Amino acid sequence: MRVALFLTCVNDTLYPDTGRAVVKLLTRLGVEVDFPMAQTCCGQAHYNTGYRHEAEPLARHFSDVFGEYEAIVTPSGSCGAMVRELYPRMGERARAEGRGDTLAATLAPVVPKTYELTEFLVDVLGVTDVGAYYPHKVTYHPTCHGLRGLGLGERPLRLLRAVKGLELAELPGADECCGFGGTFALKNADVSAAMGADKVRNAESTGAEVLCAADNSCLMHIGGTMTRLRTGMRPVHIAEILASTEEEPTA
Amino acid sequence: MSGTFVGMPAFPKAAHEAVNNQTLRGNLRHATHTIRGKRAKAVAEVSDWAALREAGKQIKDHTLRHLDRYLVQVEEAVTAAGGTVHWAADADEANRIVTDLVKATGETEVVKVKSMATQEIGLNEALEAEGIRAYETDLAELIVQLGKDRPSHILVPAIHRNRGEIRDIFAREMSEWGRPAPEGLTDTPAELAEAARLHLREKFLRAKVGVSGANFVIAETGTLVVVESEGNGRMCLTLPETLISVVGIEKILPTWQDLEVFLQTLPRSSTAERMNPYTSTWTGTTDEDGPRAFHLVLLDNGRTDTLADEVGRQALRCIRCSACLNVCPVYERAGGHAYGSVYPGPIGAILSPQLRGTQSEIDASLPYASSLCGACYEVCPVAIDIPEVLVHLRERVVEGGQVTREGNKVVLRPAKGHAAERAAMRAARWAFSHPGALRTGQRLASRTRRLHPRSLPGPGRAWSATRDLPPVPAEPFRDWWQRTNGGKDGAK
Repeated sequence: MRVALFLTCVNDTLYPDTGRAVVKLLTRLGVEVDFPMAQTCCGQAHYNTGYRHEAEPLARHFSDVFGEYEAIVTPSGSCGAMVRELYPRMGERARAEGRGDTLAATLAPVVPKTYELTEFLVDVLGVTDVGAYYPHKVTYHPTCHGLRGLGLGERPLRLLRAVKGLELAELPGADECCGFGGTFALKNADVSAAMGADKVRNAESTGAEVLCAADNSCLMHIGGTMTRLRTGMRPVHIAEILASTEEEPTA
Repeated sequence: MSGTFVGMPAFPKAAHEAVNNQTLRGNLRHATHTIRGKRAKAVAEVSDWAALREAGKQIKDHTLRHLDRYLVQVEEAVTAAGGTVHWAADADEANRIVTDLVKATGETEVVKVKSMATQEIGLNEALEAEGIRAYETDLAELIVQLGKDRPSHILVPAIHRNRGEIRDIFAREMSEWGRPAPEGLTDTPAELAEAARLHLREKFLRAKVGVSGANFVIAETGTLVVVESEGNGRMCLTLPETLISVVGIEKILPTWQDLEVFLQTLPRSSTAERMNPYTSTWTGTTDEDGPRAFHLVLLDNGRTDTLADEVGRQALRCIRCSACLNVCPVYERAGGHAYGSVYPGPIGAILSPQLRGTQSEIDASLPYASSLCGACYEVCPVAIDIPEVLVHLRERVVEGGQVTREGNKVVLRPAKGHAAERAAMRAARWAFSHPGALRTGQRLASRTRRLHPRSLPGPGRAWSATRDLPPVPAEPFRDWWQRTNGGKDGAK
């Protein structure tokens, strides 16, 4: 099977390790991965801040770049939810504004083919044991768009439970937002920081060394709070845990 | 809406104090988490919750779509039952109608059933200005009134107060309004409740005029419904000679059968109870039983304009259960007052900027008072997609566009203060539309990574005040991919 990796602009620019981990993991599972170089951003930051008309050309660009592939895999619940939930909505709005069906027709092909990584592993490849080894105590934070937008449910936990050497600690208040929320982190910095601090304290109470999630943007906020609060915990993307093996462990 | 909130600062500024008030944070956290847990249990008991939620949504949407017809039906049914219907386009008109009705009775006091509609229009203040004293009889509403405070929650307006604070308010203020608090009042719930009971009983027995809202109005019979926990509402609805009910036009349900759905979803969503202790229904007037005169004031106050908005109109489905407040991480930390409206929390963040417009500083900031986590949508018993409406209203703030105000279509200009953000969004969009430009930017960031400051200037300061920045990697992914042929060349 050949899939396109949609790495997202945040991962590409700030978290290339996550991208390398996805490539390593999928290749190990026999999937041929392509990275279309023309990819940029799904437009979520624009859309969610109220710049729908700025987001539209980015969505069109996404469809142009990825439309031909059989499946599109992304290590981001929130960018995955953008394509799956909000692209159809963008199409509907354009139609309601009397701009015809063009946008909806352009975006439609990529919507059902876009999968968040854990969803792709469990639903499409049908695996929960990916042969990973990660000898650390880990707690999992289900990010909001993965949890409520895509409905990832138990998938990430099932994958983590099958990792050799991994001790999974339950995170109190797991389904509560970490407070990132894109531009919310800047526009409502006080509330965002308070939410982040509570999330980090909950994570700390588990005694885990690592907090993992399926979204680097939330991890950037949580991780930045962790170092500022000097917790000693580390944020790690779930792809990096799943890519880790006894021969080639991830730190 | 209520004059008490005029001139509120933007949400982030208002939230700043609450976030740093440890007592308030503690009170809110305890209260919202307790009710959140109970609600989840009460909802889990119902096997067909998803179907009830969908039914509630459908009934409300149907009614809103044919609101013109149902409003006329309500007027006919209430009139036939001996009541009088008044139409109020806005808060001023509603206040004038109620004030005139009270004055016509010759009374200078009214007892009130807790009502969001009368708070929305600032009725108590309007009556006060005309020399009429309005007594709130709901326990939490009484605490807010005695404390010269503002409500901070739809269902539990005094949620921001703890027992000790309530004791102090009772001991200090009750004597100003009627029967004083007993000597040596402690902060035990039973003693506090008894003090309120004795204080209120005098008012129930003396009042000749009652003022209420309604949770529902049944169009087929012109019946109003109040759902409550304490029984104070029933006292106010049945003892006075004159009853005046102020009700938003979106509260209508076509038939009694429709009520069945909401009597299951409302108590479970709001108080986590299978059934609320008191459900009172009244239809016009009945000889020598209950009030001899009944007036229904149907309130628009921005609702018709909201109904004209295809995305935003779903906010009018709201049954004011406040479940969205209790699960909202932003409400939990910012407190209700920061929303600058009697409707706080997620529903307030979409309702106020629609009912009042987005012109004021606070109303333009409310659509951003959310991390879009989606917990509010998940919990809403009538499936209002609050995040969808928030984003829609953000668009209205930054891009402007056509809206309906007072029945007329007007084109809004983008709100002030977003010029820099708009320029940044356009620049980002341009870079993202040109992969080459994005790559150049990434490389520049990587090459200069050792020079990056630990704290950001400008708007970025909001980030770096409490959070460290991630280090910029030596090489963006796309360069690694190209250099190593997707890792196939063996290079790390």
